[in-house]
Amino acid sequence: MDLMEKLTILSDAAKYDAACTSSGVDKAPAAGGIGSASACGICHSFAADGRCISLLKVLLSNACAYNCQYCVNRATNDTPRATFTSRELADLTIQFYRRNYIEGLFLSSGILKNPDYTCERMLEVLRILRNEYRFYGYIHVKAIPGADPILIQKMGLLADRMSVNIELPSERSLNTLAPNKSKAAILAPMGLIRNGIEENCTDLIKYRHAPRFAPAGQSTQMIIGATPESDLQILNLTEALYRKYSLKRVFFSAYMPVVESSLLPSRETKPPLLREHRLYQADWLLRFYGFEARELLDDAHPNFNPFLDPKCNWAVNHLEQFPVEVNRASYETLLRVPGIGVRSAKRIIAARRLGSLNEAALKKIGVVLKRAQYFILCNGKQPDGARLRSDNMIQAVLSDKAAHLLASARGEQLSLFSDPRLLTREEVAKCLTGQL
Amino acid sequence: MSDRPTITAYLYDGSFDGLLCCIFTAIAEKESPADILPENAAQPSLCPPRYIPTDSVHASRVRNSIPKKISSEALYWVENGFLSCLENKERVILDFLRKGYKKGPSITRMLQDETVFCLHKAVQFVDNETHLLKGFIRFAQRNGALTAIISPKNQVLPRLAPHFVQRYPEETFLIYDDTHGMVLTYWNHKCMILPADSIDMPALDEQEAQYEALWKRFYDTIAIEGRYNPRCRMTHCPKRYWHNMTEFCDLSHSSQSLLLPKSNSAASRMISLSKPNQQKDYYC
Repeated sequence: MDLMEKLTILSDAAKYDAACTSSGVDKAPAAGGIGSASACGICHSFAADGRCISLLKVLLSNACAYNCQYCVNRATNDTPRATFTSRELADLTIQFYRRNYIEGLFLSSGILKNPDYTCERMLEVLRILRNEYRFYGYIHVKAIPGADPILIQKMGLLADRMSVNIELPSERSLNTLAPNKSKAAILAPMGLIRNGIEENCTDLIKYRHAPRFAPAGQSTQMIIGATPESDLQILNLTEALYRKYSLKRVFFSAYMPVVESSLLPSRETKPPLLREHRLYQADWLLRFYGFEARELLDDAHPNFNPFLDPKCNWAVNHLEQFPVEVNRASYETLLRVPGIGVRSAKRIIAARRLGSLNEAALKKIGVVLKRAQYFILCNGKQPDGARLRSDNMIQAVLSDKAAHLLASARGEQLSLFSDPRLLTREEVAKCLTGQL
Repeated sequence: MSDRPTITAYLYDGSFDGLLCCIFTAIAEKESPADILPENAAQPSLCPPRYIPTDSVHASRVRNSIPKKISSEALYWVENGFLSCLENKERVILDFLRKGYKKGPSITRMLQDETVFCLHKAVQFVDNETHLLKGFIRFAQRNGALTAIISPKNQVLPRLAPHFVQRYPEETFLIYDDTHGMVLTYWNHKCMILPADSIDMPALDEQEAQYEALWKRFYDTIAIEGRYNPRCRMTHCPKRYWHNMTEFCDLSHSSQSLLLPKSNSAASRMISLSKPNQQKDYYC
């Protein structure tokens, strides 16, 4: 089998992995080496699905011994199989890297024979790259659940980022769909990596040249929409993973029906892309905006509102905390205003020391006034767009019947506050199926 | 400080030091020129031109004063603003520095101010384009050296140089900016940026077509059909970068001697740079 064919099969098999980031570490090569890494990460291209291509994302082999129901590489699936030799893959990585096609290597693999053997094969690729080619670029490697801790330790010393896929958001789903994997087997390497990183931090204080263990941290990924968990369960799990395992990222991957199975949604199911998007938005709120999972969702509302982003949704449900005065509010309060992000909040804090901010200044700072205007005051004044105007008022005082007539007469004007009870997901579903 | 507005247009030699001398003159003579132009961009206009000679002493006085009296961030803004494609960037930089000398280090936080905002946007554009090109540049191996062509809106070569020099310390490479007619060469551990209106490139190396084909195959395979989203791709990777990126080029086209005539001297490892002032003949 030639290289072209292998690359096609093995990148096709790896494409459902969501993570392709090259961030988290700043590195420069030693003399005679090649490659560097930058903490912000660099995207080298964007695929037709709009996702960034930053690493050469391939499997070492798709000849997998496991039989996970959701996976395209499961043992019982009839699909062409291929395996890279270590030298082949290392050469390809270097040649792509020299041409600036990629930022490094993302190496995962199906289970060849057993986890230990797979791990050793992967280690050999890393060894050739790091020691023979003196490659200092980014390497993201998947730890194989069930592999010997010593092998995981060795991998961590060669790779920049490590990850273990948690695959599905609950143990029950895992037992049903991935019978060869268990929660304990997945969390064990995750714990090993966390401990490795922590120990390495103390070593680095003692010995300046201590080899670095996974300097860009670890991440994980789970599949959304293959199993019946609610957004609340997923978000709680995410929060727990950040707290317990100090992960850098949790990735969500909308389930793509690739194989037919009675245990899975049918092949016609559309991937829940909007749900994935809402989860990522909430993930950002957890990591950078000081929100907690239970603030965003609760048992009464276990799923995200498809029409509003989680932050806006939180704000309209907590109107008692608004409006806030941008010229005086604390950083934490500003961060909770829809339309104000981390950057604009920091800029507001810096700019208001030099003079009070009005609507125009906020716009220049980068605040999205379309959303923010309803939740802020500039020097005690509400921005013009949010103020009560005659047409809003007429709508408000009209009787329901008259309002309906008016709306049909001139086309309905949507307003954030016209109907406090926003459509629920069920209602939308009903609309779509024609019940309502 | 009330500056005397004049209708004079300052002309300078187009270099950063030249601009600093214009700023020196304007501030020393308390003058507010109607325009500041590089001499090759000067057109007949109502403003009588005045040529400001470049004096390294004056330039270094202005350069040293910026971190001392304003902040090193302000110097970064001025240097990058100069690389930007902002129209009348010279006037904006002069106004920014005038305000900066008055206000001190807080000037870079005063985004409420029109001049500061304008320069801030320009600097951001340079930063963003530099960052994008760090990823989007595609090298092709010709005669053992890596070569790339870019068509950026801003003059990003000086900003890209440290990144690629650090990344490929043992390689020989060349990046040609065809918008501004500049070339960055790195050879024998030495990096240079030179003006070049056109360049001759040798033919591609043999195994080049193979790697290009492999990369294109990888690019096509990695996309998930069920998530096809061309709008999202265009947002992140604007179409104006596509014609220099291997994965978007036609294979047969890119495997030929790209755009440029073959070099006659096959022995020369480096790419020969033609004489300046030659007419640009492609991508105009």
